[in-house]
Amino acid sequence: MTALDAKIPGGPLADKWDAYKATAKLVNPNNKRRFRILVVGSGLAGASAAATLAELGYQVDLFTFHDSPRRAHSIAAQGGINAAKNYKGDGDSVDRLFNDTIKGGDFRSREANVYRLAQVSVDIIDQMVAQGVPFAREYGGMLDNRSFGGAQVSRTFYARGQTGQQLLLGAYQQLARQIGLGGVRLFNRTELIDTVVVDGRCAGIVVRDLLTGEISSHAGHATVLATGGYGNVFFLSTNAMNSNVTAAWRAHRRGAMFANPCYTQIHPTCIPQSDPTQSKLTLMSESLRNDGRVWVPRRADDDRPAHLVPEDERDYYLERLYPSYGNLAPRDISSRAAKRLVDKGHGVGPLKNGVYLDFSAAISRLGRDTVQERYGNLFEMYERIAGEDPYAMPMRIYPATHYTMGGLWVDYELATTVPGLYAAGEANFSDHGANRLGASALMQGLADGYFVLPSTISNGLAPLLGKTVPGADHPAFRQAEQEARERFAGYVSRKGSRSPDWFHRELGRIIWDHCGMERTREGLEKALSELPALYDEFTKDLRVTGTDEGVNQTLEKAGRVDDFFQLGMQMCRDALTREESCGAHFRAEYQTEDGEALRDDDRFCHVAAWEWTGDPMQPKRHVEELTFENAHLATRSYK
Amino acid sequence: MTTTASPRAAGTRREPVTATASRRPRRRPFLLDLYSTAVGKKYAMAVSGIAMMGFVLFHMIGNLKMYQGAESLDHYAEFLKRLLYPLAPKESVLWILRSGLVAMLILHLHAAWSLTRLNRHARAVRYQGPRDYQVANFASRSMRWTGLVVLAFIAWHLADLTFGTVNTVGAEGEFVREQVHANVVRSLDRPVVAAFYIVANLLLGVHLRHGAWSIFQSLGWNNPRFNRWREWFASGFAAVVVVGNVSFPIAVLSGVVK
Amino acid sequence: MSHLRNLTLKVWRQDGPDAKGRFESYVIDEISDEASFLEMLDVLNERLIGEGREAVVFDHDCREGICGTCSLMIDGVAHGPKRATTTCQLHMRSFSSGDTIVIEPWRATGFPVVKDLMVDRSAFDRIVEAGGFITAPTGGAPDANLIPVPKTVADASMDAAACIGCGACVAACPNSAANLFTAAKLAHLNLLPQGQAERLSRTEAMVEAMDEHFGSCTNHGECSAACPKEISIDVIALMNKDYRASKIRNRKELSRG
Repeated sequence: MTALDAKIPGGPLADKWDAYKATAKLVNPNNKRRFRILVVGSGLAGASAAATLAELGYQVDLFTFHDSPRRAHSIAAQGGINAAKNYKGDGDSVDRLFNDTIKGGDFRSREANVYRLAQVSVDIIDQMVAQGVPFAREYGGMLDNRSFGGAQVSRTFYARGQTGQQLLLGAYQQLARQIGLGGVRLFNRTELIDTVVVDGRCAGIVVRDLLTGEISSHAGHATVLATGGYGNVFFLSTNAMNSNVTAAWRAHRRGAMFANPCYTQIHPTCIPQSDPTQSKLTLMSESLRNDGRVWVPRRADDDRPAHLVPEDERDYYLERLYPSYGNLAPRDISSRAAKRLVDKGHGVGPLKNGVYLDFSAAISRLGRDTVQERYGNLFEMYERIAGEDPYAMPMRIYPATHYTMGGLWVDYELATTVPGLYAAGEANFSDHGANRLGASALMQGLADGYFVLPSTISNGLAPLLGKTVPGADHPAFRQAEQEARERFAGYVSRKGSRSPDWFHRELGRIIWDHCGMERTREGLEKALSELPALYDEFTKDLRVTGTDEGVNQTLEKAGRVDDFFQLGMQMCRDALTREESCGAHFRAEYQTEDGEALRDDDRFCHVAAWEWTGDPMQPKRHVEELTFENAHLATRSYK
Repeated sequence: MTTTASPRAAGTRREPVTATASRRPRRRPFLLDLYSTAVGKKYAMAVSGIAMMGFVLFHMIGNLKMYQGAESLDHYAEFLKRLLYPLAPKESVLWILRSGLVAMLILHLHAAWSLTRLNRHARAVRYQGPRDYQVANFASRSMRWTGLVVLAFIAWHLADLTFGTVNTVGAEGEFVREQVHANVVRSLDRPVVAAFYIVANLLLGVHLRHGAWSIFQSLGWNNPRFNRWREWFASGFAAVVVVGNVSFPIAVLSGVVK
Repeated sequence: MSHLRNLTLKVWRQDGPDAKGRFESYVIDEISDEASFLEMLDVLNERLIGEGREAVVFDHDCREGICGTCSLMIDGVAHGPKRATTTCQLHMRSFSSGDTIVIEPWRATGFPVVKDLMVDRSAFDRIVEAGGFITAPTGGAPDANLIPVPKTVADASMDAAACIGCGACVAACPNSAANLFTAAKLAHLNLLPQGQAERLSRTEAMVEAMDEHFGSCTNHGECSAACPKEISIDVIALMNKDYRASKIRNRKELSRG
């Protein structure tokens, strides 16, 4: 076990980022075009990084498996983006956003990174407004804010219920401009299938053209993975169907450590599953909790429709248990509260798998028009999916996997443990600790891409000036290409009996049952015994029809499920070894008397970073100790 | 329109996309420049459409004189020839108007023809299953055909009442263009001709209904407060022209106008 | 929850961009009415793989109606029979037992078929690359509240910005015109104060890029009817006006410079 060095600059917390920027090495403008940077992924982090790096003068290649960069899953974020602007004058500040984020992450994140995120949040809003993001406005033309889970101030900027879409389109437009100008070369429908390391440094990537099946290599001076999270390991999640862990995992297999894989966030306000063929779950913005009240019938197995349950027979359990935050309690806390009640038989809906989110009080207080103004499109979305009118009857919600705090381990510069390889956005583990606050994912993606990477990458590239780096014809690339070709040909030639989706569904069931909202030693050990067996079956009984040439979505899926299997094993291992409850990681053995997460700061106040050893069941655990010099290490309480 | 490069077949390398916005600057008169794009051609269609709408409206109003008798209509025809006379030579203004109209017609036809070609090319492979249109109506979808029928009608109409080549030349003797009223009555007294007039004018109405509304869109005259009026205007205009024009053959056939 | 029985799907199958395609018929014996349309295709694909046949290729991703990846012409209507709804949000409760459902790819020369139901919509990216942005390099932005935007303007801009770039407008248009897509992006940026500096050059560049790939608008309104975000054709009028201005006023300004 080695201690990892996060390279945190010295000095007071508030000055670290400025001090870093003041001393980081720069690349002069004429030399920037000598450097080629490969950016993988075109979501908020990838698009903003690619656009900014190209603006600075670097040669940027952008890879996305989508048909267009605009499709990345950042687009589905609904609620908003946090920033410590204090436009409302309600006492917000960079320090408060920092503290809220640290506390929300249950003291499992790195202070310096979080503080930088809070500082940069302010610039993000300025940047996005200048780019034409149509944020919601007050009548006077000033920006409007709403409040969000885990915060007592209104610091969330939003664009109806489509904030992620509007921010992504903003970043995409900057990217499109650079593509148009020739600063960025776009490789669409191209998926990363390996990274290549030469002499301990990341030399580039191997990609597969999803239209032709062709496998090719790309060399660069730096590589940025902005490839999102791995929530789809659960099969049913709110992630897009194509979101996957492959890029991060393939980098992990080449030496990049993977941190805290067990930190997976469950979002409290999703539409419950309604039938067995369901392919994904749909999230309703958490902002709904601003005006909706969560309740279940007091009596278990109460079959009456919502409007027939009298007021005094309703249990507004979040308001009861957490009076100061009420319905805005953080995600993990609200999720578990819902799970406990549903498990006890208080669930509502035909499958008894949800809780009510009731807007009748808000409608009578604010009027239907105001509620419609705030949440109209979310209500429509609910009605389309559930077939019920939420103005007339309460919505039914239930938690679902939504975001993964874990990811590639990165230092203060967002560099992974492989020099030259960076990770940004949800793909890294950096800022959210064991639990992410609402409206902070968009903030982090854009902070990484627009403001952090452009500074830290130059620091990494400056020493390379004048040196030659391996080209795409280097034998290491040839070998990686060959391995990838064999791997994909192998999926096709297995000729077993089960489709990749079948295996994915089974994998997801194991992970959800044993490594979901609540984990136990027993369950995790069970998962760790079932997973290798299922994975073994996958390697023997997989059936992929078609060939490895031309479009073959079944084959794409096979490659992704393969990596999910390996990740799933590590996730369970990580959850098993973290013998405490913190944030979204809830081990049933470690809880307070009233069922709250019980941290063990003596043994686990650290980041667990796993090293690939060649066997997915035997990864090697490293730690990065976390020190809290500014935030007060306290028991998280939202009462 | 250039065709989008088709995705390559299996086994060939696709090139990345970059520097797509580098376009050569155009140097040509701005009207030609404007007309070079589809949006510009629609603009031309709208402007020429307005000119021709003005014509059909005043043509219809002028023809109402036939209800006041032969003298009134013939006098109106004479008046047209004497527009601005003696300031301008006789028939000069009329010829200016006529050439303007012909130019507008040619512009309208050329734009329609090139846009049709563009649109055919824009969906080289058609839908193989049946389409189920949601809002497109008969008027909007039949513009090409109603336009062609109206064009044929204009040609026939000129041959009938301007050149007289297809007018009935009976006992009254040679075709005399200035005897407008007599020419009209003689022509529309033929039931088949009258039916053709009626059908052509109904189709003209359909064409006007969509065209008059489209003008506002194509020219970008759009104001949420008045947008409803655009529909009413288009329907009203088409109705006025059609009612007026269709009344003539009916009046002649029924003997109201002799 | 109830079930639909005995659905006949007529699905367009085409092996590659230049291959000749054909409809193939499949019978779905039973499917939950809670299943989405794409989940019904998932079920079909699982069956096809089980039979050793290639799965039907179709584009899809978020399945919540926001990424714009899904497409499909369903019974001659872009995104199927439910208004303001993408294919991924269309549920089987919109159909009845015994129905025959015809599924075709978007058809437009600007959207060439890649395979089966998948088409290439890159032409939309080319239009945005031509000018669908506000030039604002990272780092130089003034404080966000220094640019007040009247609420009505922000709302109108947002209405247009809601476009998901799915291409239903092109698919539904009898002329394969992309005016609604292009005009929505223009309205989003051209209405905002931040977008004024490049308003005319942006309009000119985007309209001319659009012209290279798509047909012309003949004001049918099919685009707006098919649009899952119900974007109004009013934005097209705005584009037409700005395009004219770009040819007249922009030239004046350019000749001055």
